[in-house]
Amino acid sequence: MTTDANTTAGRAAPERTALVELDDVSKYYGNIRALEGVSLEVHAGEITCVLGDNGAGKSTLIKIIAGRHQHDAGTLRIEGEETRLGSPREALDRGIATVYQDLAVVPLMPVWRNFFLGSEPRKGVAPFRRLDVEHMRRTTHAELLRMGIDLRDVDQPIGTLSGGERQCVAIARAVHFGAKVLVLDEPTAALGVKQSGVVLKYVAAARDAGLGVVLITHNPHHAYLVGDRFVLLKRGTMSGSHTRDGITLDELTRQMAGGSELDDLRHELERGA
Amino acid sequence: MSTTAPAPTPSPGERTDERLLKTSSLRRLLNRPELGSVVGAIAVFVFFAVFADSFVRASSLSTVLYAASTIGIMAVPVALLMIGGEFDLSAGVMVTSSALVSSMFSYQMTANVWVGVLVSLIVTLAIGVFNGVMLTRTDPPSFIITLGTFLMLTGMNLGFTKLISGTVSTKSISDMEGFSSAKDVFASTITVGGVGFKITIVWWLALVAVATWILLRTRVGNWIYAVGGGEEAARAVGVPVDKTKIGLYMGVAFGAWISGQHLLFSFDVVQSGEGVGNELIYIIAAVIGGCLITGGYGSAVGAAVGALIFGMVSKGIVFAEWNPDWFKFFLGVMLLLATLLNHWVRKRAEATK
Repeated sequence: MTTDANTTAGRAAPERTALVELDDVSKYYGNIRALEGVSLEVHAGEITCVLGDNGAGKSTLIKIIAGRHQHDAGTLRIEGEETRLGSPREALDRGIATVYQDLAVVPLMPVWRNFFLGSEPRKGVAPFRRLDVEHMRRTTHAELLRMGIDLRDVDQPIGTLSGGERQCVAIARAVHFGAKVLVLDEPTAALGVKQSGVVLKYVAAARDAGLGVVLITHNPHHAYLVGDRFVLLKRGTMSGSHTRDGITLDELTRQMAGGSELDDLRHELERGA
Repeated sequence: MSTTAPAPTPSPGERTDERLLKTSSLRRLLNRPELGSVVGAIAVFVFFAVFADSFVRASSLSTVLYAASTIGIMAVPVALLMIGGEFDLSAGVMVTSSALVSSMFSYQMTANVWVGVLVSLIVTLAIGVFNGVMLTRTDPPSFIITLGTFLMLTGMNLGFTKLISGTVSTKSISDMEGFSSAKDVFASTITVGGVGFKITIVWWLALVAVATWILLRTRVGNWIYAVGGGEEAARAVGVPVDKTKIGLYMGVAFGAWISGQHLLFSFDVVQSGEGVGNELIYIIAAVIGGCLITGGYGSAVGAAVGALIFGMVSKGIVFAEWNPDWFKFFLGVMLLLATLLNHWVRKRAEATK
């Protein structure tokens, strides 16, 4: 009962090419097996959730998709083309944007400067080429409004926004710069209940805008609210892969919480008490 | 500091409400990093205007501005570096190195002094590149790396000068070709309305203007704030972090070159032991000017005002005919006040709701 890796994923839409597809991917750090035999698919307009406990290999997986690390075995396909990402920049250029939990934004910088950081639009000729500040301010305001955030002042330091709002700005930024795949690393981990709800709303908004989303989380409730596919990781291997109609929230929570291990633990604790 | 607005204003157009425009421009002014230093500068000016009668004369103004400019030429690039999250402890002796290279190259090669000036520019920029590359390629903090450069330069300044000139100072180059034109550029005096102003004031103001333009209106400026305020976040969105930092160290080197040439062409001979301790003065000016010591926040104008406060305090004490020993005390007070103000600013900016 520990593994049921007979994937039901892929059956959902076999005629479409996945935006990102991992097939039997493994990653080793020296003699440590960080990830082994993991497969997942990300489709446009769908959310693929990756669930796992600490040390399950979630961050290794994210690093492979984001181009920070390269996989050692298996294949990574982007829009059907087998590839190997050399750097985060390359991943960005291929349309894969990653939003990290802690380092999404620079807190002391104004919202509009953060929004365009790394891809600043400019105007004018060579020695006087300058930032198109008006355009940057206007676009930031409009794009955030489109995601449902109405900022009164895009000049305020982004650190004055709440954690949830900062994540949302980072998501809006990725959408604006034409990302096809959005990778979110534990976007709700440090947030309260209400703020998590806000972030999940924007994750859904990004999905509705036609992006493929990879949502990394250890919260099955959050995952089940928005997810279309669920990949469960456990100690570096894939312990399950399901589509939404193939699993219930209770079952997902049970597997996530440790499944049979949890039952054993319950017995032990009862005996102890 | 309101953030998201659940306010029922679904108007897509920006600034439909003039009231909002007013509040936001007022807030923008209050959020400027140099605000504290400008208030401080006015306070210092009024203080000495009251206690030293001669302080408000035009000739005194010229003296104060000259003192401010010699610090400001370095304080501005040092401030940019600090906004980028790094220090340069070698900045003080680098000025001396730059002057020594220029003087000794011209003298030994009996070349036009302009050749020495150009060689000095290349050598000084190379020192900046060395600092930047060492920092970005290795792990230790810039404090330690530039402390190493500081010690090496201090030793080399004395060692090479003694080796080549036989004494601790360079030979006079005032009779050499090109000296007078170089003096015009780096150390002349411009008379305006009967009062002589040193040309370093022009260099200083030009540097402030260029640095402000870079910081506020260019892509590189955005990167400088980003590498200082969140290096990993900047890297994750594709900002060339290493190149930005190396560029900032080259900026400090460029400032050191201007200061060094001024030193050489105003005094003709250079003492090889000079410059030690000045690096802290530049850092203090930048901090008084509103730069956060941890990076990511500050302005070039602020650093210039910090240098101006420096100039006013150091000369004001002389005009007030007080014991100059009090200079350091005033400086300490200014530094503490500025740091407390900045700390408060940052806490407010980083506060999450």
